[in-house]
Amino acid sequence: MQNRKEQQRNLALKDINAGIVETHSHLRYPYRLNFYDKPPLEDITIEEFETAALDRLRVLAEIESCFARNRTFKEMQTVILENVCSKYLELNRTSNELKPLDDERRKDHIGHFVLRLAFCRSEDLRRRFVKAETTLFKLRYETEDSLERVKFLGSRNFDWILASPEEVQELVPSTSSEKPGNYYKVKWTRVPDLVEKRRVLMKRGMAYVPAAEQASIVFQEFQAHLEKALEATAKALPRLDEDTRLVPILDNLSKGFQAGVSSEWSGATEGPDGALRADMIDEMAYKHFPACMRNLHMCLRRDKHLKHFGRLQYGLFLKILGLSIEEALAFWRKSFSSIQDDKFNKEYRYNIRHSYGLEGKRANYAAKSCQQILMSDEPGPGDSHGCPYRHFSADNLQSALLTMYGEHGLSSADMPEIMNMVKAKHYHVACTRVFEITHARQGVKKGEGVGGGESVTHPNQYAARSRELAKKMEEGKEADGDVVMQG
Amino acid sequence: MAVPDAEPTTPDIMLAFYRRLYPFKSIFTWLNHEHAPTKLFTHREFAFTLQGDVYLRYNSFANADELKKQVCTLNPTRFEIGPVYSARPRDKKTVRPAAFTPQLRELVFDIDMTDYDSIRTCCSGADICKRCWTFISAAVRVLDRALRDQFGYKHLLWVYSGRRGIHLWISDREALELTDEQRRALVGWLTVIQGGKEMHKKVNVRMGLKPLPPSIASAYKMLLPVFHDLILDDQDCFASEEGWQALLHLIPDKDIVRSLEDKWEDDPKRSSEDKWQDFEDEIERKKGKGSAILNAAKEDIVLQYTYPRLDAEVSKHRNHLLKAPFCIHPKTGRVCVPVDPRTIDKFDPARVPTVSQLLNELDKLALPQAGESAEHHADWERTSLKPYVEMLDKHVMGLMEETRKSKQKMDLSW
Ligand SMILES: [Zn+2]
Repeated sequence: MQNRKEQQRNLALKDINAGIVETHSHLRYPYRLNFYDKPPLEDITIEEFETAALDRLRVLAEIESCFARNRTFKEMQTVILENVCSKYLELNRTSNELKPLDDERRKDHIGHFVLRLAFCRSEDLRRRFVKAETTLFKLRYETEDSLERVKFLGSRNFDWILASPEEVQELVPSTSSEKPGNYYKVKWTRVPDLVEKRRVLMKRGMAYVPAAEQASIVFQEFQAHLEKALEATAKALPRLDEDTRLVPILDNLSKGFQAGVSSEWSGATEGPDGALRADMIDEMAYKHFPACMRNLHMCLRRDKHLKHFGRLQYGLFLKILGLSIEEALAFWRKSFSSIQDDKFNKEYRYNIRHSYGLEGKRANYAAKSCQQILMSDEPGPGDSHGCPYRHFSADNLQSALLTMYGEHGLSSADMPEIMNMVKAKHYHVACTRVFEITHARQGVKKGEGVGGGESVTHPNQYAARSRELAKKMEEGKEADGDVVMQG
Repeated sequence: MAVPDAEPTTPDIMLAFYRRLYPFKSIFTWLNHEHAPTKLFTHREFAFTLQGDVYLRYNSFANADELKKQVCTLNPTRFEIGPVYSARPRDKKTVRPAAFTPQLRELVFDIDMTDYDSIRTCCSGADICKRCWTFISAAVRVLDRALRDQFGYKHLLWVYSGRRGIHLWISDREALELTDEQRRALVGWLTVIQGGKEMHKKVNVRMGLKPLPPSIASAYKMLLPVFHDLILDDQDCFASEEGWQALLHLIPDKDIVRSLEDKWEDDPKRSSEDKWQDFEDEIERKKGKGSAILNAAKEDIVLQYTYPRLDAEVSKHRNHLLKAPFCIHPKTGRVCVPVDPRTIDKFDPARVPTVSQLLNELDKLALPQAGESAEHHADWERTSLKPYVEMLDKHVMGLMEETRKSKQKMDLSW
């Protein structure tokens, strides 16, 4: 029995190898595709280690972004391979000089293994890493030259068994007019996605996979292999932590990924039409949001979740800020990173669409004004909505304001003035004063408020004025080649 | 005629049942696969529903006696069985969350009569009768066959849910080890009926006009006679206007729909059997590609009315809890007894013993003589519960044999 199987396997491999002309055999990395079976063993410099990892991280983060935006596989091929990989993770097919080819592939190899170390530490990170890496592998596999692909497959023992024609005949109904082709026989648990879609034949726990679906087995294998490897790495990690030079790098990498790296690393810019994109929110929040929205944003990043009223307050604010429904869905999908797609689609997608007037009674909901935020839906313990000036304790408010706006010019010397306003329950006055102080660099003077002495009455008014000031400053810069102080 | 809800149970009745009749030993070995307690039992979650709907989760026990003691103390209205966790569920609060994950779990299925409410005409809601049980028995035969032939599972235990449905527990080692992803895939493979109330056509399993996939074609063969006997004859599903309108919605040919509609409106007494014949006659008249589409639609209709309707969520996740066999259904008082799939057609939910009937049987027996053991644990042997416990025990023997064999293999490989 064993012998017959062995023969069948050899037959399968021989099929795969047929017609192969050995090229590139002098390369250290003969194939572009890599199953990452073995870690790089040669010496690696710290810089190499870090660059390889950071560059790969940009690619993986962009892949996550694509998922959050529901991009198709085809769109991803363009975005990821042509736009992103060509910048950060080039992997050429041919080259006249052999060295660069090996260098690119080595960088790919090292980057993958460094990120394994960074992302093996929690189940959530492992799951996301596996999904992004498997997608990257798929994208590359699908665009690989077919001969190269066959050679790559031939280089690895996949333990596939070719089903005998008799076996296949028994499974394929005799009424079928098509002549049955080749089938690989694997335990069904190895190809769950093919089983789910009924793309295989099944008998006593074995799945018979049509040769045309071979790629699916390869991807499943890649994924299962990586899942196992990450778990093993997680167990081995305590030993590695002894190398103190690596620990901070790894910590930073995994933190970046958790926060939705792409915004941090790829410096998001407005789309061609000037539209607001999901991955611009981090930067926008930092520069332009009032304390209530800064707080919601920080809570969302920290907890990867917001409760109902928080979502409502923040979501409507973002809508008025100019976030389209597609971008809003992408933003929330990505922000709720610890929940599964199923749950997101079931529990949140509808509500987000609803707040955009696309579901239910299709009302055009306005964002909450300061008045509404101050007076309605008193936040309970565990809630993060509301107005920090009113709903935070004095201590918490002071430290929160300094954390949020310390880098925008707010200092502890300003605190007594602000806190007196809060004590007198003039919350919007306090907020307006903070606006003035943090926009002094753009020329805003005391008493000027959000323009013409107006005080803050709406979070969107605050953000809009802040963006306006920044834009004016930017234009001034371009015009004069220098910073223009207004006023 | 619907099975009457028997007398509601009282706490006293429940306590007597747990003390004297509930087969804790058999349930223990069924979950544990051998006599000495292993993690399969000690790391297993039990959840109790107490009087007044208090729900206690994450209980676990060292052995059958501990379980029995706790059940008799809490006297729950029912209890449920969950997965085997990486740590003892009762220690959940003291272990790191990462160290407390579901590891093993029987593959379970739940079929409930309510999912057939849009089809059955004899009863509705919570009611069930021998006639509509035929839907369940067809589902059991199809699933039992598919899970054995296609997935290779051997240790299937079907359990009546006490009122209007049936559960399936698969205890093969490979089934226990399935990940959630694999469970979802298996459910996807078996699922044919999809789409809610608003969706007329609920069967979409072919690629274009290709024949049914082989696994579903073989289910179709089993279900075609059921369609004739149950849907056309017994339930007469297309008798009412609502019924035949539903059928017309599934026919992808406007001319045929119009001509059938005219005919059936003129003759409201026409039986389902005749209406189906009318449809088949119309198909006969079509030639070429049109007839292929109609024949495919015809097969899909048969499936839509007879193919098992699964509660998919129950099967997809390892940590889903399911009511333990031999519990009492609080509304009907009936015991959740094992059912033999080979004789499922003869099973009559109305003849399943109720808890008070069993206690009556015990009372009629002579009191134990002085000196005789007063232990109650084998009292079920003297009631009509006996054949059902024996059925479970026989099932457990198969599991224990499997464990013995795999241990032997391990010894040899050393
Ligand atoms: Zn009925």
